[in-house]
Amino acid sequence: MQEFLEFTLGGISFGMIYAAIGLSLVLIWRGTRILNYAQGGMAMFTAYIALIVINHTGNYWAGFAAALAAGVVLGAVCERVIRPTQGKPPLNAVIVTIGLLILLEGLAGIIYGGQFRSFPAAFSISGLKIGSTSLGASRNDVFVAVAVLAAALALAVMFRYTSAGLRLRATAFSPGVARLLGVRVGRVLTLGWVLAGLIGALAGVLVSPNTFLYPNSMDSIFVLGFTAAVIGGLDSPVGAVVGGLILGVALNYVSGYLGSALMPVFGLCALVLVLMVRPSGLFGAASSRQV
Amino acid sequence: MAEVPTGAAAPATPAAPALAIEDLVASYDEVVALHGVSIAAGKGTVTAVLGANGAGKSTLLRAISGLIRVRSGSVLLDGADVTRRRPEDMARAGVAHVSEGQSVITELTVEENLRVGTLCRMSRAARRAALAQAYERFPVLADRRRKPAATLSGGERQMLVIARALLAGPRVLLLDEPSLGLAPKIIGQVMALVAELRDSTGLTILLVEQNARAALGIADQGIVLNLGKVVAAADAAALAADASLLNHYLGL
Amino acid sequence: MTLLRHLGAAIVVALIVGYLSISLNAFRDFQIAEIAVYVVAVAGLTVLIGLSGQISIGHGAFMAVGAYAAALLLMHLGWPLEAVLAASAVITALAGLLVGVAAARLRGPYLAGVTLMLAVALPSLADQFAGAFGGDQGLSVGVTTPAFLGATFPLTRWLAWVSCAAALITLVLLANLSRSRIGRSWRAVRDDEAAAALAGLNVARLRILAFVVSAACAGLAGALLGIVTSLVSPGSFTLTLSIALLTGAVIGGLGSLAGAVWGSLVIVLVPTYVTDVATSHGLSSSVAANIPVVAYGVVLIVVMLAFPAGIQGALRRLYGPVIPAASGSLNTLRRHAPASEHPEEGTQ
Repeated sequence: MQEFLEFTLGGISFGMIYAAIGLSLVLIWRGTRILNYAQGGMAMFTAYIALIVINHTGNYWAGFAAALAAGVVLGAVCERVIRPTQGKPPLNAVIVTIGLLILLEGLAGIIYGGQFRSFPAAFSISGLKIGSTSLGASRNDVFVAVAVLAAALALAVMFRYTSAGLRLRATAFSPGVARLLGVRVGRVLTLGWVLAGLIGALAGVLVSPNTFLYPNSMDSIFVLGFTAAVIGGLDSPVGAVVGGLILGVALNYVSGYLGSALMPVFGLCALVLVLMVRPSGLFGAASSRQV
Repeated sequence: MAEVPTGAAAPATPAAPALAIEDLVASYDEVVALHGVSIAAGKGTVTAVLGANGAGKSTLLRAISGLIRVRSGSVLLDGADVTRRRPEDMARAGVAHVSEGQSVITELTVEENLRVGTLCRMSRAARRAALAQAYERFPVLADRRRKPAATLSGGERQMLVIARALLAGPRVLLLDEPSLGLAPKIIGQVMALVAELRDSTGLTILLVEQNARAALGIADQGIVLNLGKVVAAADAAALAADASLLNHYLGL
Repeated sequence: MTLLRHLGAAIVVALIVGYLSISLNAFRDFQIAEIAVYVVAVAGLTVLIGLSGQISIGHGAFMAVGAYAAALLLMHLGWPLEAVLAASAVITALAGLLVGVAAARLRGPYLAGVTLMLAVALPSLADQFAGAFGGDQGLSVGVTTPAFLGATFPLTRWLAWVSCAAALITLVLLANLSRSRIGRSWRAVRDDEAAAALAGLNVARLRILAFVVSAACAGLAGALLGIVTSLVSPGSFTLTLSIALLTGAVIGGLGSLAGAVWGSLVIVLVPTYVTDVATSHGLSSSVAANIPVVAYGVVLIVVMLAFPAGIQGALRRLYGPVIPAASGSLNTLRRHAPASEHPEEGTQ
């Protein structure tokens, strides 16, 4: 029972990371039908920038802000690179984002070296306790969950109540109609990538204290974030968050009870299972969708 | 009487027409779909664009609003050349294109659909005023503003997309088959709305229609397209009276 | 007739490679073997992507399956080399069948995501079952030169011969397959799935078959790689390997087997050359090791944006009909792009 509680709470913290990566994928997918395989690489790169700023200034929050700013810039740059694949076969975009991924990983290796670097956490990582009962989650885990939830909430408010949000939604659902009504679709797509870069950077900074930081450190986080987004339906920001939570908790049970090396394999099984049984995801459009 | 084949129905006014299409040639990929179409539409007029399926009616509207490539010829808006602008820039220049098939964004509510139409207006106040005006003109939409647009009937959807197009504050309205899929009684209402829009706002309207009788009933002038060419252009009453022409090209 | 022509070409190439391997030193022999290994894997991937229109960005995982199968067979059963290679290909083909069944219903980015996850997940199994798979250390693979070549015959030269023979056999078989009814059916499915189904083709079965063939090639390549490098460990089958294979297929020209050879030459020789140059200019090893990775990234992006038909496509443009027509280019996949992305191409 004690273990179960620990695994559950610990899973929520990881789940929020997957949720953040999933959310960033959804932001791009909705508008462009491009799956950004470079998202993990972008997050890794911005985490390095955060680490450098933290080491120079000694201030965690300066690094945090630098990562988010770098995420915005990187999102816009990647959008420029990928733009010519619009209207080409989907395979072209897949291959270009893969190219971006290893370009970023290679650059990180050249600039920062391949060794594992430890990354500071915002708050204490020692486990919280109620009385003598260990909760399996630390103050920092609580911060991770709150930060991602706050970001998701801010996005939801933006989508619902602002003109930019309306532009994003109209473009995602009906780019042709939006254009005919004077919406500058190109700029809206850039905005989607910028937001995705921002959320991805947040995920990178939040997960790095747990995984260490190295050029490939986000590979497995990325595939689980992708799985979270697919569970949620790829079109649904809410779905990505819920999918991330489900996946995080489930995988933490697997890792806790069966061994952590099995986690990626179970993630793969979960992904294939969802795609087979419910291809449109838990929150996807009711109409059948070709996957 | 029909003028064959290049005749642009010239308006009586000496000023530049609100919308002038001159010798427009346009293509899908490599296939040329319009072969030199010319139209002159004066301010505050309805021009019915008629023709059989595949005659190039929708293609004409798509070429004007920048959705497909214009090879040669020009599109003039109050005398200013706007040929080959991107669709979003055409919309901002004052050409609203209501594409065929009731293009409501079903995932959004009625009000959100309308607000998309106001997005190219600059100030928040202007957006709000335009929205209020739209609700005044279309009380049906005001009643359902919070409902998902997917719940609207066919006729209501047509109201919505026209209202949405008007919210951008256009000078020219391109209407593609507004009667498609609607009951005869509703078609009458839509046509009456088009006529009323012209009379009350001075909009210049290009009305593409399968339903030639209904369109000519309210139009000022009409053109008939066949295989991407203008085969007849005259004032609406004259076209409506030319039974052999309508029979030959439209099967009426 | 095409079979004969392919066989003739293979024999000529075999003689040239044989002569080269004898006249060059052991390191060059190792490189020849490495290139041949990549030709096998990239050719298989080319068939999958270029012919059947499915993508895999986790083909390194299939190589891992073949490599571990070969290592275990050699270690526990002591089978002869040719039997081990054949068995590794068959075992990996079965793994390909499994993935192919799941993949048959998946398209574009979804399929890419599943195969990517495969590449990330599979090597972790070696850790979980360290008893059987040797954990991080991996398994060592030992083979010897056959007695008939004499005791002094260098092992690397023998392995280069084995790898090249495997590559040539693979290329001849795939070339004939691509010109057969199955190859034509694959192209039909790739170009227009709905039309292919209407024409009576079993789309799902064809897509699965492509995965099986492609996985068999990757398994054979993996087994060869393990034998040539005499080690099978999770570190040899990272995501970078999968992406190197993809780079090879893309750079050579998707849909062309000749392109697979060009691509393999590039992904083996260029990194070695670049690393040599970098270290000789006093750059640190982490820089030198990462330059090829950056180069892969740049190449994938530039080729995909500017020359989607790759090297083989560029050669064909330069020399026209002298280069045999490829089995198809990516452009024919265009119609699979979702319509919503380019409303300007809609029809009336």
